[in-house]
Amino acid sequence: MSKRLFVKGNEAAAMGAVEAGCRYYFGYPITPQSDIPEYLSRELPPLNGEFIQAESEIGAINMLLGASATGARAMTSSSSPGISLKQEGISYMAGAELPGVIINISRSGPGLGGIDASQSDYFQCVKGGGHGGYHIPVLAPNSVQEMYDLTMHAFDLADLYRTPVMLLGDSVIGQMKEALIPNPRPVRELPAKGWAVRGKSGAEQRVVKSLFLGDGELEAHNWHLHAKYQVMKEKECISEEYETADARLIVAGFGSVSRIAHTAVTMARAEGMKVGLFRPVTLFPFPEQALAQAAARAGKVLVVELNTGQMVEDVRLSVGAAAQVSFYGRPPGAGSLPSPEELLEVIRKNYQETAR
Amino acid sequence: MQQVFKRPQSLKDVQTHFCPGCHHGTIHRLVADAMDLYGVQDRTIGVASVGCSVFLYGYFDIDVVEAPHGRAPAVATGVKRARPDSFVFTYQGDGDLAAIGTAEIIHAANRGEDITVVFVNNTTYGMTGGQMAPTTLVGQKTSTSPYGRDKSKDGSPIKMAELMAQLGGVAYSARVAVDSPKHVLEAKKVMREAFGYQAQGKGFSFVEVLSACPTNWGMNPLKANARIGEEMIPYFPLGVFKKEEA
Repeated sequence: MSKRLFVKGNEAAAMGAVEAGCRYYFGYPITPQSDIPEYLSRELPPLNGEFIQAESEIGAINMLLGASATGARAMTSSSSPGISLKQEGISYMAGAELPGVIINISRSGPGLGGIDASQSDYFQCVKGGGHGGYHIPVLAPNSVQEMYDLTMHAFDLADLYRTPVMLLGDSVIGQMKEALIPNPRPVRELPAKGWAVRGKSGAEQRVVKSLFLGDGELEAHNWHLHAKYQVMKEKECISEEYETADARLIVAGFGSVSRIAHTAVTMARAEGMKVGLFRPVTLFPFPEQALAQAAARAGKVLVVELNTGQMVEDVRLSVGAAAQVSFYGRPPGAGSLPSPEELLEVIRKNYQETAR
Repeated sequence: MQQVFKRPQSLKDVQTHFCPGCHHGTIHRLVADAMDLYGVQDRTIGVASVGCSVFLYGYFDIDVVEAPHGRAPAVATGVKRARPDSFVFTYQGDGDLAAIGTAEIIHAANRGEDITVVFVNNTTYGMTGGQMAPTTLVGQKTSTSPYGRDKSKDGSPIKMAELMAQLGGVAYSARVAVDSPKHVLEAKKVMREAFGYQAQGKGFSFVEVLSACPTNWGMNPLKANARIGEEMIPYFPLGVFKKEEA
């Protein structure tokens, strides 16, 4: 029997990184993610790894860029304002096609905001964030177990597609403790890193760069990146469904709020309402087809987010005219998590509208 | 017949694209010469910065990583920590290193990263068209200091080699110039010494090179060379400011 641990989400992500073979971590303290650098500062040196507390989030992301360029598995983590600072480096890494994992235990904003759970950075994470029109895979765990499993998955995706990958959680996911079964890293065939800089050693010169000045070079590069995103959309979507088969109303939510929505859906079922839950696990690529199918069957989708409406735009694009879309959000603010009863009331109202 | 002078092995056999009178070519030679001296070409990873110096990989026959503006010391930190057996240097201009990248250079130096930093100081932003740099001399006219740098408003030119020498992690810090054959020979010696620190794993080394940007200075190459001796060296003295014994 596998051992069962009782750990924080942040620690689970750090453990997943170590299990995935990550030996280099660069970060800068910010609440509510500091358990990650604290854990890795303790665990990496005995594994012959390196932990560096950088001078800033900008320093950290660029150390990640450098380590990744050598082909090593490396990671950084931060929270919303820190991720804003990292966006320059993320754009460069996307442009230079460098793998690397970035954990974002987001907080509320804008500006300094607060450390409470919030999903107000969906756009920043999913729509590029930095300059230049790129995408990176964004994974949204909703449990301690997924913090561990999806961090391992993030490293594989990063190497498979030569791209930075972000794990997006919040203080509910990062700070809560739950049971974790630290399964061994899944075996996945990954491409060799022939592009990595190692010193020539008699071979051809290798250059890791995002500057393409030749005629048509940059356009070709951008088409290449675009093609990669299309492959991700076909192959890498992950979503979870609960009670959607006969549902006439689908509640859609990701991360922390999906747990509250899950409870509310169970309560609604107990009242005899045919309600289901759709949870995107990958926010990019967004599970458009799976959602569209579930939505078309139900006819109505209620999107719940801890913001004033961001993922709802992707939901509308996914379902098109096949289903009606409504939204319920709670913007950032201390104590603004909706209770299951609060969501149940919103579900009742939306469900009654479908019955008319 | 004995060959007494040749292109360093670490440099590619290509024509330069830099402006007439620009010193990048000379400085590239000095860097390549030091690399050859220690036989590190095959394990060297260069970190290119933003500006004219980004084209490093077009001239050096080595593996290269491109860094965002000012971030080369952080990128080099990641490279060296992940591959401690590699030889890592950054090549940065004054806007890159002394303005946007001030935090990165100071902290990489202070951590004592085992890398070498080549700092090309021509008192202006070259590629962007001659704007005021942190090293622009007081009174110097640039496209963003059209009335001349005003100390009371713009501050004083930053003396990076001296600043670096104050930091605990720095093993070697020096300033050289490449305006005359005599100075180039001195610079060659200093560059070799600086690279030697890393070749022997002795820690962070820093070489500031005073160089010309005739195009943006609005001077011909000869006048630009003369300006280095007449205006720059009096403010930015040449010399070795720190040399830690092993």
